[in-house]
Amino acid sequence: MSEAVLYLDGVSVVFDGFRALNNLSLIVEAGELRAIIGPNGAGKTTMMDVITGKTRPTAGVVRFREHDLTKMDEATIANLGIGRKFQKPTMFDALTVFENLELALKAPRGPMACLRWTLSGEARRRIEAVMEEVGLSARAHDRAAILSHGQRQWLEIGMLLMQDPELLLVDEPVAGMTDQETEHTAALLVRIAGQRSVVVVEHDLEFVRALGSKVTVLCEGTMLSEGSIDHVQNDPRVIEVYLGR
Amino acid sequence: MSASLAAPAPGGFGRMSLRLVLIGALLLLALLPVLNRLPADSALHVSDFIVSVSGKWITYAILALAIDLAWGYAGILSLGHGAFFALGGYAIGMHLMRLIGPRGVYGHPTLPDFMVFLGYKELPWYWSGFDHFPFAILMAVAVPGLLAGIVGFLAFRSRITGVYLSIITQALTYALMLAFFRNDMGFGGNNGFTDFKELLGMPLNTPSARSTLFYASLLLLLGALWLCGWIARSKLGRVLVAIRDAESRVRFLGYDVTQHKLFVFVLSAMIAGLAGALYVPQVGIINPGEFSPGNSIEAVIWVAVGGRGTLVGALLGAFSVNALKTWLTTVAPDLWLFALGGLFVAVTLFLPRGLIGLFSKAAK
Repeated sequence: MSEAVLYLDGVSVVFDGFRALNNLSLIVEAGELRAIIGPNGAGKTTMMDVITGKTRPTAGVVRFREHDLTKMDEATIANLGIGRKFQKPTMFDALTVFENLELALKAPRGPMACLRWTLSGEARRRIEAVMEEVGLSARAHDRAAILSHGQRQWLEIGMLLMQDPELLLVDEPVAGMTDQETEHTAALLVRIAGQRSVVVVEHDLEFVRALGSKVTVLCEGTMLSEGSIDHVQNDPRVIEVYLGR
Repeated sequence: MSASLAAPAPGGFGRMSLRLVLIGALLLLALLPVLNRLPADSALHVSDFIVSVSGKWITYAILALAIDLAWGYAGILSLGHGAFFALGGYAIGMHLMRLIGPRGVYGHPTLPDFMVFLGYKELPWYWSGFDHFPFAILMAVAVPGLLAGIVGFLAFRSRITGVYLSIITQALTYALMLAFFRNDMGFGGNNGFTDFKELLGMPLNTPSARSTLFYASLLLLLGALWLCGWIARSKLGRVLVAIRDAESRVRFLGYDVTQHKLFVFVLSAMIAGLAGALYVPQVGIINPGEFSPGNSIEAVIWVAVGGRGTLVGALLGAFSVNALKTWLTTVAPDLWLFALGGLFVAVTLFLPRGLIGLFSKAAK
């Protein structure tokens, strides 16, 4: 049996009679990069919410390695090694770029530990390395509130890297980025995958092609098709509901 | 936008000059009891009234500091902090009552006057231990801390935030006020405690007792300022600001938000309790009126006026609003509540960062 990091089986989420997820099953393996596409309302974000503990599934199994995620809260799941980047970049506007990354850095999370925390040389180097990686070194001491939309996307990707998670859930990372930045992001995600598993939700098919990964197509809360980008783009069911040509 | 309104004052200007002003003001304050000892005809003489009123304001400033730590940093807007302050006051009040001993009106060897009057035969069990000063101080910290711990745990675990939490804390202080008004609670009903004689062997209402309590309050203020400043500058302070601005995002980073909020709320309640314990011997009375919801709201207004999330702003707000109150209630007592309400509206509309924000703007 191959090593499944994330295992979803028969997951349904019902909101007031509306089935946001309908018997969804998905397996992501160790080191895999997976793209998830689908029309609006297909359940992509709900799936992320279920995995990260924001939403409880009505039915089904959600496992991260041997852990049952359906019983855990957001913080516990994050500490198990699942990091999430939101569709709308979300960070702490009153804090600087450096401080945002420092909060994300993997370290003891309790109040007393935070009170006694001192920034070691090693931690500083890690933060600086990530700032370099996401191109925000020059903005280290600017407050996050004054960053441009693209820079906010980068900062949030940086925060994800600081958490050093085993599984990264990345929701629309290239919205608002220039073509060049989009390319850079694709390269970065490909590089990250290998040591970690990465799940990317994206609308931009060119970007998904650049990732060169296996693609899962969601529609109406369930899996419609799975395979290479060429395979799913030629799947008649996908063409009918999503690509619409 | 709302996040930037609540942001801690940025460095730049003025952190240095602000600190100098603060140190100067505290030194000036520390001089008051000394100037009080000068002969009455000296130009620098300061009246007893000024000393006792500023001693009282110092305890208010400590309460404001406690509120700012919870509200300005962690975004927990408690409209019931007056309850923690009053509980601390009641704890020391019980000690002061025990110290009266047989000197009460009824001359009973152990029972305080109100118990004799209400027909108590012996001290209720929860009065035991209060004849010892350290126990009373311990209770002045522990009872508010425990209450905040229970209320906070239930509220934060259920993710009750914002205005809902404010309403709960407001209800808490109101409920305590009603409870303490009852004679059968054993806390003196609506008269509360008064006619205190001495504390730690020193007769109250003497200049030396006044200046001792004044300096004790000032010392506590400095200690609380140091502690809150340490928290604010630590990574914990940044986690709290993050919780204030985007609570759910903090959870996705793996922080147990409940723990962090509980930590700061309990600590804040304990500081408020200590402040109350220093307030009561200086004003010589504690009654259930101290639990009135208006008191808690007024304390929040001090912080808003001074500038929340800055610590120094809380001090500035507590002193300036109370100075205004003392002056206005002498010249035009009827106007005070209108002035307080108007002040809050004006600050919210025109000075979202309070007086501190005004100063740093002026410095630029």
